[in-house]
Amino acid sequence: MAERMDDVEVANQRPPVIEPGYTFGTVTDKISSIVLNRPTSTGWFIGFGVCFLLTMMMLYAIGFLVLKGTGIWGINIPVGWGFAIVNFVWWIGIGHAGTLISAILLLLRQTWRNSINRFAEAMTLFAVAAAGIFPLIHTGRPWLAYWLFPYPNTMNYWPQFRSPLLWDVFAVSTYFTISLLFWFVGLIPDLATLRDRSENRWAQMIYGMLAMGWRGSARHWHRYETMYLLLAGLATPLVLSVHTVVSFDFAIAIVPGWHTTIFPPYFVAGAIYSGFAMVLMLAIPIRKLYGLEDFITERHLQNSAKVMLATGWIVAYGYGIEAFMGWYSGNRYDAFLLWNRLHGPYAFFYYLLLTCNIGTPQLLWIRRLRTSSVGLFLVSLVILVGMWLERFVIVVMSLHRDFLNSSWGMYYPTRWDWMTFIGTIGMFLAAMFLFVRILPMISIFEMRTLLPEAEVKAE
Amino acid sequence: MKTTPIYGMMAEFDSATDLVAAARKTHEAGYKKIDAYSPFPVEELTEAIGFHKNGVPFVTLIGGLIGGISGYLMQYWMMAIDYPINVGGRPYNSWPAFIVVTFEMTILFGGIFAVLGMLALNGLPMPYHPVFNVPRFAMATKDRFFLIVFSTDPKYSPTGTRQFLESLGPRSISEVPS
Repeated sequence: MAERMDDVEVANQRPPVIEPGYTFGTVTDKISSIVLNRPTSTGWFIGFGVCFLLTMMMLYAIGFLVLKGTGIWGINIPVGWGFAIVNFVWWIGIGHAGTLISAILLLLRQTWRNSINRFAEAMTLFAVAAAGIFPLIHTGRPWLAYWLFPYPNTMNYWPQFRSPLLWDVFAVSTYFTISLLFWFVGLIPDLATLRDRSENRWAQMIYGMLAMGWRGSARHWHRYETMYLLLAGLATPLVLSVHTVVSFDFAIAIVPGWHTTIFPPYFVAGAIYSGFAMVLMLAIPIRKLYGLEDFITERHLQNSAKVMLATGWIVAYGYGIEAFMGWYSGNRYDAFLLWNRLHGPYAFFYYLLLTCNIGTPQLLWIRRLRTSSVGLFLVSLVILVGMWLERFVIVVMSLHRDFLNSSWGMYYPTRWDWMTFIGTIGMFLAAMFLFVRILPMISIFEMRTLLPEAEVKAE
Repeated sequence: MKTTPIYGMMAEFDSATDLVAAARKTHEAGYKKIDAYSPFPVEELTEAIGFHKNGVPFVTLIGGLIGGISGYLMQYWMMAIDYPINVGGRPYNSWPAFIVVTFEMTILFGGIFAVLGMLALNGLPMPYHPVFNVPRFAMATKDRFFLIVFSTDPKYSPTGTRQFLESLGPRSISEVPS
């Protein structure tokens, strides 16, 4: 009994969302000075430089692709989707955590989100941008990608609205637009802060134009708050719909392993799972390097770890149901798929996936690991690898052994596949480097509302 | 020499609590054309200056309706009227397949209308505004709280309003040139 009481006490002494002792002024100074006063470090230039070179490598690979066609990739018949779709789903999924943090946690009044929502939203934007590249270049003729949109044309045709691939075009482009709006309007009051605090004429003008003359009027704040809540209310079903629609790309097809009703919830949970892993992999170095441990506290790391643990179990349930249905459905193709996963040529990746996504996250039950930055960083890395493998297993293992033995084959990615994939990671990180350098990475005005002095005392 | 017209009288406060109290007293004293500025949203402040309703939800609703209805009609017209394709004898107006795009269009237009509606109703973008003429107003985006009585208010008088604002115990008072 005594021990249990201790546990309760320990649980109640959760680390604060923001360390005590801060005022409106010091919070403002601390976050805005990273952008305005802090000299750009050599480490930043090296990191950005490396990522920029990787981006150039991606552009080179895409350039060669445009020149030669998708034959330079490892895709073939029967595996027509390959890395392009694996990476697309992986990146889109990563983006989901940003919207979850900024919209869903806002509606649930989880105020701890205030210190991580800004860069999580930026992460969403860059991840969706990286994701968008893949279906575009996978079309083979990306210069005709505008054919995907319904526009009046001389060919006298319209795109097929009954196809999930077209739903995807609408879902992903809506998601990008709404994420961009959400991120930008969230920035407006902080851009006004930077405008007023900057001493550089150019910075004043640029931040000033972007802030659009924000002056913090009570009427403006009122409409702003209403708009922000409504946008969160719209973004919440949107984010759930996006990965649902992505899963429809698979589930509507009759391919074994794709044609299942569990795909939408299982994809959404997997998306949040990998997204929180990416949030942690970004937050842990950022808080260390920029000395933001007081704002991004252990509370944030622990909460993210718990979200990963929960969504990890939903994903594990998804794997379990997939395996169960392979047996229970009595469908020999489904049963074969299960056998092929366990014993086929790609079985190693299936076992690796189970280790990464179900085994490793169980370490998060250990409190000491949840409070260790290095431990969380490594677990997140493993989860990101695991979630990438999940999409590899879904895309490649379902396709490579078709219904007829005559259409069996193997898929091996080529160096162009790898260059494009690693290049998008470089592009994503290069964009993050630029973001932390030129915009406030933590929402200053929302941090002010967390301070005790923000509370209006009754007379 | 031409005298600059006056936009209003501005008082500066140290805390949100002080500003809300001052705004409430000013409103009760009969000043109707007032506004308050804070570095973060203060719910009580909106009520204190007598501002209750805003048009953002309505604009968002209109946007969502436009998006949803036009999204469905677009698909109906393209798939059932202008370019009908017979897929195994299934109906041309296959509405379940049109739900996703209708939904996404609702969200897209609702979201765009919400943001643009908020900006338009707030009169933004407006890079220049008379309140920026007060040098101390730069602190409004950091840690200071401001109350303004506009010179268009019928009760406004250069001396009377200043005396009234002084009675609220502000940190400083300045006249805002327009």
